[in-house]
Amino acid sequence: MAHTKAPSAFKNPLIRWVDDRLPIFTMISKEYGVFPTPRNFNYLWNFGALALVMLVIMIITGVFLAMQYTPNADLAFDSVDRITRDVNGGWLLRTLHSNGSSMFFLVVYIHIFRGMYYGSYKRPRELLWLFGAVIYLLMMATAFLGYTLPWGQMSFWGATVITNFFTALPIVGKAITTWLWGGFAVANPTLNRFFALHYLLPFVIAAVVFLHVWALHVTGSNNPLGIEPKSDKDTLPFHPYYTMKDMFGVSVFLLIYAVIVFYVPDYLGDPDNYVKANPLVTPSSIEPEWYFLPFYAILRSVPNKLLGVILMFGAVVMIFLMPWLDTSKVRSAKFRPWYQWCFWFFVFDSLLLGLVGSQHPEGIWILLGRVGTLYYFGFFLVLLPFLGWFEKTLPLPASIAESVLGGGKLAGSTVAAKPMEKA
Amino acid sequence: MSSFRAFLMGGALALAAVTASAQEMPVPAKQDWGFYGPFGTYDRAALQRGFQVYREVCAACHSMNLLAYHDLSGIGYGDAEIKAIAASVSVPDDPDDTGEVKDRPGRPSDRFKAPFANEKAAQAANNGALPKDLSLIVRGREYGPDYIFALLTGFKDTPPAGMKMAKGMNYNEAFPGHQIAMPPPLSDDRVTYADGTKANLAQEAHDVVTFLSWASDPHLEDRHRLGARVIIFLAAFSGVMYGVKRKVWSKIDH
Repeated sequence: MAHTKAPSAFKNPLIRWVDDRLPIFTMISKEYGVFPTPRNFNYLWNFGALALVMLVIMIITGVFLAMQYTPNADLAFDSVDRITRDVNGGWLLRTLHSNGSSMFFLVVYIHIFRGMYYGSYKRPRELLWLFGAVIYLLMMATAFLGYTLPWGQMSFWGATVITNFFTALPIVGKAITTWLWGGFAVANPTLNRFFALHYLLPFVIAAVVFLHVWALHVTGSNNPLGIEPKSDKDTLPFHPYYTMKDMFGVSVFLLIYAVIVFYVPDYLGDPDNYVKANPLVTPSSIEPEWYFLPFYAILRSVPNKLLGVILMFGAVVMIFLMPWLDTSKVRSAKFRPWYQWCFWFFVFDSLLLGLVGSQHPEGIWILLGRVGTLYYFGFFLVLLPFLGWFEKTLPLPASIAESVLGGGKLAGSTVAAKPMEKA
Repeated sequence: MSSFRAFLMGGALALAAVTASAQEMPVPAKQDWGFYGPFGTYDRAALQRGFQVYREVCAACHSMNLLAYHDLSGIGYGDAEIKAIAASVSVPDDPDDTGEVKDRPGRPSDRFKAPFANEKAAQAANNGALPKDLSLIVRGREYGPDYIFALLTGFKDTPPAGMKMAKGMNYNEAFPGHQIAMPPPLSDDRVTYADGTKANLAQEAHDVVTFLSWASDPHLEDRHRLGARVIIFLAAFSGVMYGVKRKVWSKIDH
């Protein structure tokens, strides 16, 4: 196991001095240098690194925005405008941050779908998956809180609609909502606490990301075949193979991000949020940012408010339960012909629900919303448990190396790989 | 299988395209704006003409509270011109040593002087309707400049047969609901341009919308310039990283 063995000593005396007292360099080398990683990742395995890049960008831009922002209902809107108008580079900070939330969700959604397709949530990675689901939940809370801060029309009315969910709770609903608002409507106290929480939660996310990565480094990564590495031949050291691949992926991703930030910065936003919040004027349609639309569609597909709220939160709970709802022993959808269909229908269903969420709930949209909601829950609660029992899965390859390299080339390839292991 | 997937995705996107146009708001005609596109810039002459239209026409009712006079350097005015423009208004000074508040001429650091003291005064002078602040009007409306242009040029003297107008309202083709409290603000020769440009309705509307677009998004040119550099860098860096990745992986079978 050449590449799992950590270098015992570093040449640089300062690094060695630190490492003898706190083996942080040994740890970095072990976890990111020689860390044995399945050799068959496709580009979907870039999205974890991309998500981390987005978290860092959001925290850095957010901290600098907070230096110029005023969390007061009378001043917030103008202070945000001042950032874009007068603060040096403020326009760039703000558009990086506001579009960054969309990019962060886009990356995380692909990351989640990747995990669903290749069965990354299954034993022994259940806890890893749960940490991921917690990160996603925290992201949703953070994004919602952050969207309130510019105090535009959609900020205010979005906050009003979402916090009103809690009034659906029997008996205590009204009291809880008043407590959340710090008053009898969304107003200055609400904005103050939303700002405090919006600044706090990203650091909680960072902490859970640490746990997520820690758990990942205990179980090791899943891979497109969904079978565990059995020998050195199945893995490559993380560096340079995946560091370089991630760098390429990050660069392409930043390119796409830059096109949005510099050329269509308002495309994903709502023009109504350039209008200052006015509690007396309701916008013609209140709709959340695109990344919440599927849940919004589920909420509105039920005529009963409480049931709608329960289903909406239930939709997120489903993700948490995935490791125990899926009864199939085979991880990767590559070897699950039925699950593959169900999965792609689920992707389609999520997009459909997103579309439904952006429309006025009338006519065909109500029906589509209900069918979409039915499939959403059916996928988790019916298909996942039952497919495992009757689905005839395809034979799994003996090892990653065999599948990737084929039988004959195996010997030669390991020899060729040797020199790189020391890099 | 993969073609089926493509079909599903394509279907969802097509559905989105069809429904995106099904909103209740009339879709304004697309205009040719020089600031559109990746290399778009604001036409300085149009900006200054548009500011003239705002100052002589719109400013009678509409505030632009988020702009300061020194921001006008962004449309090509020099310090002396900005000082003169600011000094043309008088604004309340800070309380003096006796606590009395006197007026003083405006300074470049002052925000644009609003036509009314407060919203109530604005409504009282406008038949109960509140003239909107124009600082962010273009970014704050769907279809942005196309919509404002369509609104300014969309007034009709008589509403279509059968349409009942509320008292004091004006018919406008672009406005959602078609009844707007604002009377037609622009008409041929409403202003006399200093640069000799013929001031017909379309020209005035085009100029003032250019000015308002700049006011909504004053850093558009910086954004486009920096964007080009960032994208060229990232494209090159992606190419380099792709080469590095290929080289590293070429040493093993995969």
